Amino acid sequence: MRQKMRALMLVAPLLIFVVVTFIVPILSMLFRSVENDIVANTIPGTVVALSEWDGSTSEPPHEDVYRNLYIDLFKAEEAKQHTRLGTRLNYEKTGLSSLFRTTGRSLDDIGELWQDPLEDIDPNFEEGSFWYEMMSGSGGEGFLEQRRALMATMSGEDMSGEVGFVPSAEIVDLLPWTASAYTDFALWAAIRDGDTVAEEDPWESVYGALGMDLTSPETISAINSYGGPGASALQAAAANIDQLPSFGFREAFVEEDEDWGAHDVWATIKLYSPNMTPGYFLNAVDMTLTPDGVESKPDNQQIYTTLFTRTLVMALIITASCILLGYPVAWLLANLPMRTASILMILVLLPFWTSLLVRTSAWKVLLQQQGVINEILVWLGFVNDADRLILMNNATGTVIAMTHILLPFMILPLYSVMKTIPPSYQRAAKSLGATNWTAFWRVYFPQSVPGIGAGSILVFILAIGYYITPEIVGGTDGVFISNRIAYHISSSLNWGLAAALGTILLVVVLGLYWCYDKIVGIDNVKLGG
Amino acid sequence: MADGASNEAFVEFERVQKSYDGESLVVKDLNLTMPKGEFLTMLGPSGSGKTTCLMMLAGFETATHGDIRLGGVSINDIPPHKRGIGMVFQNYALFPHMTIAENLAFPLEVRKMGKAEQEEKVKRALDMVEMGSFGGRRPAQLSGGQQQRVALARALVFEPELVLMDEPLGALDKQLREKMQFEITHLAHQLGITTVYVTHDQTEALTMSDRVAVFDDGRIQQLAPPDKLYEEPENSFVAQFIGENNTLEGVVKEIKGNTCVVQLDGGEVIDAVPVNVSEVGERTRVSIRPERVEYNRDRLHEDAHTLKAEVLEFIYMGDIFRTRLRVAGNDEFIIKTRNAPDQVRLTPGTEIEIGWLAEDCRALDA
Repeated sequence: MRQKMRALMLVAPLLIFVVVTFIVPILSMLFRSVENDIVANTIPGTVVALSEWDGSTSEPPHEDVYRNLYIDLFKAEEAKQHTRLGTRLNYEKTGLSSLFRTTGRSLDDIGELWQDPLEDIDPNFEEGSFWYEMMSGSGGEGFLEQRRALMATMSGEDMSGEVGFVPSAEIVDLLPWTASAYTDFALWAAIRDGDTVAEEDPWESVYGALGMDLTSPETISAINSYGGPGASALQAAAANIDQLPSFGFREAFVEEDEDWGAHDVWATIKLYSPNMTPGYFLNAVDMTLTPDGVESKPDNQQIYTTLFTRTLVMALIITASCILLGYPVAWLLANLPMRTASILMILVLLPFWTSLLVRTSAWKVLLQQQGVINEILVWLGFVNDADRLILMNNATGTVIAMTHILLPFMILPLYSVMKTIPPSYQRAAKSLGATNWTAFWRVYFPQSVPGIGAGSILVFILAIGYYITPEIVGGTDGVFISNRIAYHISSSLNWGLAAALGTILLVVVLGLYWCYDKIVGIDNVKLGG
Repeated sequence: MADGASNEAFVEFERVQKSYDGESLVVKDLNLTMPKGEFLTMLGPSGSGKTTCLMMLAGFETATHGDIRLGGVSINDIPPHKRGIGMVFQNYALFPHMTIAENLAFPLEVRKMGKAEQEEKVKRALDMVEMGSFGGRRPAQLSGGQQQRVALARALVFEPELVLMDEPLGALDKQLREKMQFEITHLAHQLGITTVYVTHDQTEALTMSDRVAVFDDGRIQQLAPPDKLYEEPENSFVAQFIGENNTLEGVVKEIKGNTCVVQLDGGEVIDAVPVNVSEVGERTRVSIRPERVEYNRDRLHEDAHTLKAEVLEFIYMGDIFRTRLRVAGNDEFIIKTRNAPDQVRLTPGTEIEIGWLAEDCRALDA
């Protein structure tokens, strides 16, 4: 037991290192491929309200959905989160990104539709201190914490701290929309902006929310019997609701952008409301999740299956050419006299010691149409000056350069296996009457197969995930799936899709490894000795 | 010599030389003639050139100079696979990726023999080495001794007239080795195959061979049947190399026909057979086998010269007694006596007198 503990302690640093730097990132990346909490986090109220909506009919969502959208979007706009949501939804339906962006700019205008008449009815509504007095009180701590948690999830920021405001339980009860909007405002003003809530003018959304509350007849009658702070202003507003806009928030949103009335926009938002989604994976195999079910993407948008197939086929071609080129070299290494073999070994290893980028760039110099190879071929007369070979920016370039770069990974395991095959086997074969070729093919080659296996696995797995070389010499026909993954990681920032592509790649490699184990047997792989 | 052996030369080495680097000769002027059916062992310390000779015969090395003939035909330019020589390797060299049966079928297959015939021959060869039920196994599943038998069967399955064996028993333990020695000789004689066997183990060479060629320094030092080799070594290398041997150094005093008198460096005088000394005054090294030394005066000639000896150590070895003496200044003089009922056990510290028959003591080169 003690001994085991000690052994565990010894490996612990490495174990922790591997877990922290390797396993955890991979798992988190895998998780990203299905994770989709951005919608529910950014517009939580809308998602809840939308769950009531039956997307299968042509009926547009209920007014409540738009009201929630307004409250949610307003604070999301303050936290600059609405564009992120727009970008996310744009992966599934183009146009949503700009819809969210432009709407974000006009949220103030929508609020002012209610703000202006309210301020006309009672000038008290212009005063931040009046609003503070009206809204604050006691008993609303639970409500405050609830809004605080939603705000923290939405903005991804720390919202803890003293707000200097507690909504009164009476108001929360009386004016639920207004209380929500005002509490959001108070939280943001106090904690993010560091202001005193009482001194700040409330957000436009608070006026809009009051407008929402005033549409309910029960609220009107409750206001008339209300006696708390700001009762007179509220009763004035209740008495003059005819001065407020007669339309609801649906009309207000559709007025700003008619897409808000579109059925498929809402269907998409509803579809991607759950916290998990198969959307990224479907995307990664050129499918898409639509409100009508899973569909293939249009032909002109299908790229990933092509890329996966190309990556696999080219990795196989590269592996095969590595075997063809590497086998004789490894054989020479294993069978030449020591001195010559070590010189040859240095030549094999030399590229290893050169930067990958330098080697790939060197291939660029060699392969281009005005490059060394073409010049020599033209000079020798094998190729017409007019139709020089296109060796680069296509699959040929990738295969040539990657074969060269991965060759040592084939030669070294082959060499170490061949080194262990005693020459007496071939001698025995010859003494038994086999010709040189038979002795090689029937006796030597089968014993070198484990080396081929090990080299092939190394080369194939390295090739399938290769990035730099295809990027530099591959052009459009020669890029691999990893180039696309890199693009989504660093340029389009669609990490979910990148994660899904990466997961598929991982599964494919593991699947091939499994097949290899079934067919050849992993015990037959030797890296040496 | 085995049955069916003729005196006609089957394997011949004629003035063969071999050099790997073009400067030093590993094999110097080798001449050897073997009749058909003979079991010949090449014995020698490592680096003596015996394995090189075998490899030249098998075709894996080419002779730098000279001629190697098989059945009267020069095989210098015939590649190994066309020589039709069976070979058993030191580490057996059974193909690990083939079963035992496939290993045995290999030489038949490359000779394009029909399947049925192949099976028949493989079966017969396996039965011959009592491995009939192991055809489906792989070499790694067999013990060393079993692998050895299979290697032997494989070398014999295509019925070669000549079989070469390169220290085939080196990896086996003592008991198994002795058993296999017997089996190999038995089989070779039974089948009437000509065998060239390479070893550095002199017991193996003596027990198995019709003739033994003792190699040293790239030359055959002596080529003779085992008994002759042991009892009548022609030079001090052979005397030292084969069996246990006592040597004393001195100068030839007198030669009378087939006996001579040698005065040892300490002044003592002994009788010996002159083997390669020819004149009086020449320095010589006399050799006497431990079991031929006598300390019972009754068993010596009356005029025999004797030496004084001091018993240093008595070792009881079961079947024999081994006694170490100091004789004429040599502390490593060994005598061996049979453990018989009337045998005297010598006590260390006692002084005795030893002697031998003149014909057992050989005056060799210094």
